[in-house]
Amino acid sequence: MKVLVIGLNHKTADVETRERLAFNGTKLDEGILGLRNICGVKEVALLSTCNRVEIYACVHDLQEAVESIKDFLASFHNLTRNDFEKSLYTLNGTDAVRHVLRVASSLDSMVVGEPQILGQLKDVFDFALSKKTTGILLNKLMKKAISTAKRVRTETKIAENAVSISFAAVELARKIFTDLSGKSFMLLGAGEMAELAARHLVNNGVKEVAVVNRTYERGCELASEFNGRAVRFEEFLHELVQMDIIICSTGAPSYVLVKEQMNKVMKERKHRPVFIIDISVPRNIDPEINKIENVYLYDVDDLQEVIDFNIQERQKEAEVAQQIIDEEVDKFIKWMSSLDSVPTIVALRRKAEEIKNEEFEKFRGKYSDLGEERLKAVEYLASSIVNKLIHPPTSALKEDAEDRDELIAMIKKLYGINGNNHEE
Amino acid sequence: MGTILFELALTCYFAVAIIGIIELFKGSKDLSKLMLFITSAGFLLHSASFVFRYVSAGHLPITSMHEATSFFAWCIVIIFFSIEYRYKIGIMGSFILPIVFIIMLSSSVLPREIRPLGPVLQSYWLGIHTFLAFLSNAAFAVAFGIGLMYLLQEHYLKSKHTHGLFKKLPSIQVLDEINYKLITLGFPLLTLAIITGALWAESAWGSYWRWDPKEVWSLITWFIYALILHIRLTAGWRGKRAAVLSIIGFLIVLFTFFGVNLLLKSVHSFL
Repeated sequence: MKVLVIGLNHKTADVETRERLAFNGTKLDEGILGLRNICGVKEVALLSTCNRVEIYACVHDLQEAVESIKDFLASFHNLTRNDFEKSLYTLNGTDAVRHVLRVASSLDSMVVGEPQILGQLKDVFDFALSKKTTGILLNKLMKKAISTAKRVRTETKIAENAVSISFAAVELARKIFTDLSGKSFMLLGAGEMAELAARHLVNNGVKEVAVVNRTYERGCELASEFNGRAVRFEEFLHELVQMDIIICSTGAPSYVLVKEQMNKVMKERKHRPVFIIDISVPRNIDPEINKIENVYLYDVDDLQEVIDFNIQERQKEAEVAQQIIDEEVDKFIKWMSSLDSVPTIVALRRKAEEIKNEEFEKFRGKYSDLGEERLKAVEYLASSIVNKLIHPPTSALKEDAEDRDELIAMIKKLYGINGNNHEE
Repeated sequence: MGTILFELALTCYFAVAIIGIIELFKGSKDLSKLMLFITSAGFLLHSASFVFRYVSAGHLPITSMHEATSFFAWCIVIIFFSIEYRYKIGIMGSFILPIVFIIMLSSSVLPREIRPLGPVLQSYWLGIHTFLAFLSNAAFAVAFGIGLMYLLQEHYLKSKHTHGLFKKLPSIQVLDEINYKLITLGFPLLTLAIITGALWAESAWGSYWRWDPKEVWSLITWFIYALILHIRLTAGWRGKRAAVLSIIGFLIVLFTFFGVNLLLKSVHSFL
């Protein structure tokens, strides 16, 4: 039985190809059942996100299974194999296991360390369980993937550094204020990035939200979205005195706030610190303002620099994570090989032999007056009973049956054999 | 026994000072737990050394320069622990504990013999006055370290250097808050120390105030911290300016403590 991964992701395929091969909505149902029915595919799970489509399977004959799965993908999506074959990667054995653990730990993601993929993988697992398409190997692999991802998350700093403008803004705000819950926040202008950052700040608990817009109605609209209040553009300087965090994104061709104005504001607010984020291009806030004490002004390039650096940090952490993954892959491979029948047969024989010897010694203790010859005969009898009893399970184990892995697991359980199982 | 305990405590403080400095410059690993553990051990040994010295001297062991410096370091550790307990700033140890070590080191090179208690010092004021004075000085010492941290973090924020130590340092608001709290703690303690000192002087020498260098410099210290509090409340001098002032303030504290005894002639020179 071999583990197989066939799939494509954002690195190997363009959006169009990914879309054409995606299993959305009800297609997921049909897809997984279709895959399950492919001859030679013993266990299967199916992951389909906007960045990747991957099939995890346990198969008997690799070559055959790969061909049938490719054919299935083509016919299922009404494509020809040429349309997608060059974007596909096919991994098996250790490589496949490592790949699954890497995906779960978000090392293979577009943004390394982003946490969504783990949730998506859990869904895949739950779905496969509900459809009963997985068995002992894939179930174990999925559990391993999830526990490895958690280990990576707690033992490395892979997800610690912000890699988007809005997260970077909050991260910086926390280095100025620590707790954002008592703070007032002003959104000056509008725009996708500014609104995203604003939403993130609101989610982090800022107390008061004021929205300033040149068109008052638009300001009201946005304000209701953030549970805040709208402020007329003419009044924003006056309001600024109360504000701790300001995100500016207006389309103004020149500065809407200059140093002298800010000096006055700072005096009025008794020099309490202010964090200003200017994401407008061209900049709307005089960069000289950063020189005022207790004012911290970041423009879009500054934030980008923070993010770039954090991405590098994540890459470094990814190397640490890779070591963790290697360890876990090792453990999994060991577990898999323990499923191999030979060690189980040996262990079963040993166990039977032990029981026989133990019982025979007890017997010999009690009936020592029987004489050596008779005792020999009794031992012979015991041996032949034991051998007859373990013969069917051992020969079943030797057969290369489809359900051998399950059989091995079951026999281990029935006879209480731990074997060389290195798992926790 | 007291000496051995003192040496062991000194060794602990030396270890944490080194770990603290490593933590500043390197360390993806967080060593702050280890630092706290060793500091706690050092603190217990240090406390025990006072007990032994008290027993063998028969009076409070804060009457020689060696004892006083050691006691000063001990007070700083107390303040350090209480701030760490409340705010959990692992990196703070890197700024405070080296100071503790240096003060302990200077204590270790000073003459250690136990001297008989002079008549002036045989007073219940000895314990009260010195404890107040050193606790206030310890608060100012920690405020000094926090001030340094503030300046560093402020510099990082302004210059947009957002990695390395930046990540380990807490927010400037928290640092400013701690700085303010420490000064509002240290200032009344200093005030009380000066008042009790005056009362003691009256009972020992017959006058409250004699413009002794120690008294003068204590007064200067008192004015500095009064000024820090005053302009913070009236003119909003917070953040960077407060941090700079608390650094200057502590330098004056150090002069009042070491400088006056070593350089100027003072009736307070029994310390």
